[in-house]
Amino acid sequence: MISKKLTVVSNKKLADGIYEMRLSGADYVVPGSFLEVTVPGFYLNRPFGVGNYEDGEITIYYKVVGNGTDKMTEVSVGTKLNVIYGLGNGFNMERAIRPLLVSGGIGIAPIYYLAKAFAKKGVRPIVVTGFRNASEVVLSNELKEIADLVVCTDDGSMGFNGNPVSAVKALDKEWDYYYACGPMVMMKYLKMYSDKGELSLEARMGCGFGACMGCSIITKSGYKRVCKEGPVFDADEVEL
Amino acid sequence: MSTVNNVLDTQIELFGVKLDNPIIPASGTYGFGYEFSEYYDINCLGSISLKGTTKEARYGNPLPRIAECPNGLINAIGLQNPGVDKVIEVELKKLDEVYKKPVIANVGGHSFEEYTTTVAKFNDVDKVFAVELNISCPNVQGGGMAFGTNPDTVEELVREIKKVSTKPIIVKLSPNVTDIKLLAKAAERGGADGLSLINTLVGMRIDLKTARPIISVKRGGYSGPGVFPVAVNMVYAVKEVTDLPIIGMGGISSAEDVIEMMYAGATAVMVGSYNLVNPYGCKEIIDDLPVVMEKLGINKLSDITGRSHNV
Repeated sequence: MISKKLTVVSNKKLADGIYEMRLSGADYVVPGSFLEVTVPGFYLNRPFGVGNYEDGEITIYYKVVGNGTDKMTEVSVGTKLNVIYGLGNGFNMERAIRPLLVSGGIGIAPIYYLAKAFAKKGVRPIVVTGFRNASEVVLSNELKEIADLVVCTDDGSMGFNGNPVSAVKALDKEWDYYYACGPMVMMKYLKMYSDKGELSLEARMGCGFGACMGCSIITKSGYKRVCKEGPVFDADEVEL
Repeated sequence: MSTVNNVLDTQIELFGVKLDNPIIPASGTYGFGYEFSEYYDINCLGSISLKGTTKEARYGNPLPRIAECPNGLINAIGLQNPGVDKVIEVELKKLDEVYKKPVIANVGGHSFEEYTTTVAKFNDVDKVFAVELNISCPNVQGGGMAFGTNPDTVEELVREIKKVSTKPIIVKLSPNVTDIKLLAKAAERGGADGLSLINTLVGMRIDLKTARPIISVKRGGYSGPGVFPVAVNMVYAVKEVTDLPIIGMGGISSAEDVIEMMYAGATAVMVGSYNLVNPYGCKEIIDDLPVVMEKLGINKLSDITGRSHNV
């Protein structure tokens, strides 16, 4: 864990309600880890999955879901934000030979970084990304270059007509292990279909570094904190 | 700053134990302490108040347990802890490896028997120099705060606990009462050795989209800088009616806040919510304390307890 002021080098809208913020001055962080941003005027820090790391720069992708994320859209380039990064565990990339990556909504952030990390290792993953509709679809062009991509929308306005789990079931490509991040309902049905994978969970957090027990969940091996022992858990470990 | 440290005395005394400074992370905001040693050497702390401990292990409340507020947060953790036996056998041993000073155990419960059994288990634990009774937790059904809002119950509970405990007993008072002084006096009559205040204020947030309370169990305890003036007032009020040592808490986020709380009547202070937004919070306050003391012309910190009452 590192607590540091990072400089906003870009903060722009990518799609309906979805933004990309790049922060410079950072150290390396592993795929699947998360960070917390102190949003000016708000008490609790906001947790975000890391969307990319390159050359001292962390990218986050965020969705406007409340006052805090709304305020973040107004942060201008050059602003120094207090960021606590290198939080949580991360994905275990060693477990897959033919990885399948699945995201729902803004869960695409850590999935995108993981896809980039696999690409760096010379592995071309299968990536399934799900969105509500075409206006929310992001990162397709970037992912197409490094992965076999299936985009799905709930309303069929782009790509596969249906949710990511249905798209996974309909895949004609082989995979041996999956990595997923998305809404709880997606994770639940994915886990029901197969528990050979890892789930990156989301939770309302107090601190984000293990102090408050605000995000504890029940697992097969006892109580675990999403922020500390997670956010990535073995699919067969968690009860959703 | 080292020269400043040499001339300025931050030491305080609590139940005959000398603490290097009055800064104590509040129960429930610092786990069992050892995990913070990943971030800095926690031996700078005056002491630590351990995560609330019950007789049996508790998972606590369902999620969400946290809701943000202006200048603070609402929590309804529900006393998640591994139970007193594991706290003593596992957690305290882990803490002892990285923290060499004595600590304060914090005990919660649903019944007199649960409290007395749990408190008594700390009698033989040398690492623990005092036990803080959480009789004011708003997040436990049928317990916690229910004990802390009735003066007769408080007096009787403290008396029963004093019969079985060999450690100084600190009673943690709830602000969710008509007159906190009555509860302070009740604890004193029961034999309390010290008081800590304030616990969180009961609060609720409602999601505008769903119209449902955000917290799973609807309400929780509000804490953070927003409650600081409430806490200062209550510490001041309690100091007027008792000579028991007071540990002041509620929204403390700076060395200046520490001084203000001590002026109001606190012998030591606890830092809570601030740990959750700044993992280095306690360390930064401790580093800053001599600087602020010098600025205010304070040479000996223990001199300032209750100063506001004499000016």
